[in-house]
Amino acid sequence: MSELLALGDAVARHVRDGDIVALEGFTHLIPFAAGHEIIRQERRDLTLVRMTPDVIYDQMIGAGCARKLIFSWGGNPGVGSLHRMRDAMENQWPRPLELEEHSHAGMAARWQAGASGLPFGVLRGYVGTSLVDHTKTISTVTCPFTGEELTAVPALRPDVGIIHAQQADRRGNVMLWGITGVQKECVLASRRAIVTVEEVVESFEPRVNGVVLPAWVVDAVCVVPGGAHPSYASGYTERDNEHYAAWDAVSRDRETFGDWLTALRADVAVGKGGLT
Amino acid sequence: MNGYSSDEMMTIAAARALEDRTVCFVGIGLPSTAANLARRMHAPDAVLIYESGCIGSKPTRLPASIGDGVLSDGADAVVSVPEIFAYWLQAGRIDVGFLGAAQLDRFANINTTVIGDYEHPTVRLPGAGGAPEIAANCGEVIITLRHSRRAFVEKLDFVTSVGHGHGAGHREALGLRGRGPSIVITDLGELRPDPVTKELTLVSVHPGVTVDQVREATGWTLKVATDVATSAAPTERELQQLRTLEAA
Repeated sequence: MSELLALGDAVARHVRDGDIVALEGFTHLIPFAAGHEIIRQERRDLTLVRMTPDVIYDQMIGAGCARKLIFSWGGNPGVGSLHRMRDAMENQWPRPLELEEHSHAGMAARWQAGASGLPFGVLRGYVGTSLVDHTKTISTVTCPFTGEELTAVPALRPDVGIIHAQQADRRGNVMLWGITGVQKECVLASRRAIVTVEEVVESFEPRVNGVVLPAWVVDAVCVVPGGAHPSYASGYTERDNEHYAAWDAVSRDRETFGDWLTALRADVAVGKGGLT
Repeated sequence: MNGYSSDEMMTIAAARALEDRTVCFVGIGLPSTAANLARRMHAPDAVLIYESGCIGSKPTRLPASIGDGVLSDGADAVVSVPEIFAYWLQAGRIDVGFLGAAQLDRFANINTTVIGDYEHPTVRLPGAGGAPEIAANCGEVIITLRHSRRAFVEKLDFVTSVGHGHGAGHREALGLRGRGPSIVITDLGELRPDPVTKELTLVSVHPGVTVDQVREATGWTLKVATDVATSAAPTERELQQLRTLEAA
């Protein structure tokens, strides 16, 4: 049953060194504030899971939180490279980063399998690509009814799933809408779930593509207005495209990134405005 | 005709390749610019689908990212990411996939993963995203990228998405359901797979570009059609619409 916690307390309680951790959100509703709190609490040896490692994973990888990355597309959307991620992949800095690389369709199937309590997901995918040669978690399964060979990928079952949503109600239920990506699957597939929200409301209104996650599948709800910045929360905030563009220069060399990291660690109220 | 850049020519040529009323899975960047230009020109009823789950997007400006709010606002439907890949793409409901590439080979296979060795990359690129299954499952694929020896290579460092594999019959042997790439549009001209061998063949050059220039920018011995056409120069309206779109 979800518990209303301060973000620092939720991370301290639910995110442990060595955990498999997923912060999901497909461009929209990315839980940046939660990622920053994980950096601040200096979690180590995490296996980070995310379809689109965005600036938030660039920051977490650069800060040394991760030993492994499970992903399907790693870039700064609309801008270019993730320089901290590339530095880890190309130069093992600040530490080597093990990769488990998939496609979006494969990751989506893995999330669905995890949420469904199944050991693996099935899809038509990867056939003929080099991903098959480099990723151990791509295999095949034969359909028992038709004999057709299909691709099999193992379920994702993170220790902790973290998402940002627009609202929680007073009973701890969570609602998100707009582009909802794989967040429902992320929460249901994870052993523990933390949700940061823009606000707590008396009761929900119906929304187009509204997704409601009942309180009993969420462990912690944290009220963090602007907690998706520089990503956005439809109906509350706009995507800060300039911030994404500015990250390119900050992240390009280790020194300017180090300055950013020092500032992040010093500022406990970070998350809104500024380059955080 | 006013002056225009080779990138503008490429985007306009790519837009022309998208027919009206087709259902198109759109990659971000150049494909998205071209698809949105097409929607403002000759293809107002093209259905644009983005992998963030947006079906029938009608963006009022170019999206800054695949999950930009302008893609979901006013869309016919917004669905989850597992749904867009399983029910819509995998089930074979998409006519055209519109993709970019970092490297391309003579059979229009695509690399967007890595330059150099996978374990010790020279340049690490973003990776697959939706492209492998877009290339596999759409009815056909339009590819657009800038023409250079760095991009048009003899051998890919990594096959992220399968075009025509090793040539004729390979897609069928792999069990891929779509027909694969039907056209490659660059800043120099247009290439189409040979109907028999599936090897990319230069079929047209953009105005002012010579066949030798295209050969020079291609990292393999380029196959050239017997009668290479010249693309129509951008019209005033195409240029104006593109510039308005890019300025918004």
